[in-house]
Amino acid sequence: MAERKIPAPTPTPETEPFWQAAREGRFLIRVCRTCERAHWYPRALCPFCFSENTEWREASGRGSIYTFSIMRRAKEPYAIAYVKLDEGPMMMTNIVDSAFENIAIDQQVELVFRETEDGPPVPVFRPVQA
Amino acid sequence: MSLKGKAYIVGAYEHPTRYAPEKSVAQLHAEVAAGALKDAGLSKEDVDGYFCAGDAPGMGGFSMVDYLNLKVRHIDSTDTGGSSYLVHVKHAVQAIAAGKCDVALITLAGRPRSEGMATGTAPRTGNPAQPDLQWEYPYGPTVVNMYAMVAMRHMYEFGTTSAQLAWVKVAASYHAQHNPHALLRDVVSVSDVLNSPMVADPLHRLDCCVITDGGGALVVARPEIANSINRPRVKIIGTGEAIKGQMGGAIDLTYSAARVSGAAAFAEAGVKPADIKYASIYDSFTITVVMQLEDLGFCEKGEGGKFVADGNLISGVGKLPFNTDGGGLCNNHPANRGGMTKVIEAVRQLREEAHPAVQVKNCDLALAQGMGGQLATRHGSATLILERE
Ligand SMILES: [Zn+2]
Repeated sequence: MAERKIPAPTPTPETEPFWQAAREGRFLIRVCRTCERAHWYPRALCPFCFSENTEWREASGRGSIYTFSIMRRAKEPYAIAYVKLDEGPMMMTNIVDSAFENIAIDQQVELVFRETEDGPPVPVFRPVQA
Repeated sequence: MSLKGKAYIVGAYEHPTRYAPEKSVAQLHAEVAAGALKDAGLSKEDVDGYFCAGDAPGMGGFSMVDYLNLKVRHIDSTDTGGSSYLVHVKHAVQAIAAGKCDVALITLAGRPRSEGMATGTAPRTGNPAQPDLQWEYPYGPTVVNMYAMVAMRHMYEFGTTSAQLAWVKVAASYHAQHNPHALLRDVVSVSDVLNSPMVADPLHRLDCCVITDGGGALVVARPEIANSINRPRVKIIGTGEAIKGQMGGAIDLTYSAARVSGAAAFAEAGVKPADIKYASIYDSFTITVVMQLEDLGFCEKGEGGKFVADGNLISGVGKLPFNTDGGGLCNNHPANRGGMTKVIEAVRQLREEAHPAVQVKNCDLALAQGMGGQLATRHGSATLILERE
């Protein structure tokens, strides 16, 4: 079965560094230097303490599946999920390189970048091979 | 300031159509406005406050106020998706209590069925300035999978089953068989739901609400006006609204904003869930009902699946009759926004104007609960508690 084509994200000035890093194969998250918490999705102002003292940091790309659904009623069915990153925050993503029936909550996953139709690649996740 | 008893719902009208290719959206808004005013025994000239949401064509309320040729001194176009109209009732009570208007008209209408909209299954793009769009749209979020992910987690955390969720639809279908306007009038079984095609795991086609054209309207007025009208009086005694999002990535899908809106409404009304005789519960999907029943306190968190099973939501059978018009799952979900019809059926129950087969006996206290947006990302919740006088 063909894999669903991923539409391009639409970067803003606030997020351009993230997508530039993605083009280079690096996965960034935004961390607050005031309260030392990582958040998602990335913002200039910390959503926990409103500090402007936030910075990009390269993340491990490791996490686990919090929840997911298989979108069956689509031209090419796909798995959508929330993954809890090892750094703390949870992000929406796709689970790839796995049979749908093998996807499960709590499964350990790792990041891969997937090409989009005409934009920067986006972070998706695949099961960690045991 | 408590809003308890500061205003009444004096008019309620649900458009009978479920498919209206021959009508415009503005026309449908006008027809429901006229219907609700006729129901209240009031005229267009009595209206001095107008409330609408994003389904109303044009910017805010401008075009509809002009189309309807209203003379208003208060306007509110708050949009919290399908819960907007319950929020509007709350805001109307606030405006009336503050002397900003006397008669508030709230309208909803749309034609997604005529327009062939793939409401639940097509990812919807938006304005690129919407800050979450670039982090979500590429992954294919749809209305249905953004509720399915909540159902999947609920099953994992609490052991909820697809058969339990199916009971929500079964109960709605028992009620819809008595509603001549309902889009789906056939009674279905748990196995019918489980055997319907999977749309987004774990939600089947019959876990999803209908897509219909149509609309509805409400008229909210101050007590003196309610007293002068020859109708059973429906007093608004409790209101609450809340928004919940992703909390900076500290996502928790085990509860909804109904926890906050419900607590506010119950506190204001001075009643508890066990006092409620009838509940309209927003039913975009079966999981939506289970989640809200828990968050409103009708059962413990995690017990919603057991609570809805075995016909507990069927009028005359179970402990909590819900959505006796057939709800969004069977009757009507006009403009993809089910909040309006939730309030309307609660008003029917309190006036003893529901179908005799589903009318709750001595129904003097009802709750209407709305949910808008997407449960797994950002959603709004609004709760109303209504009393018959
Ligand atoms: Zn901070």
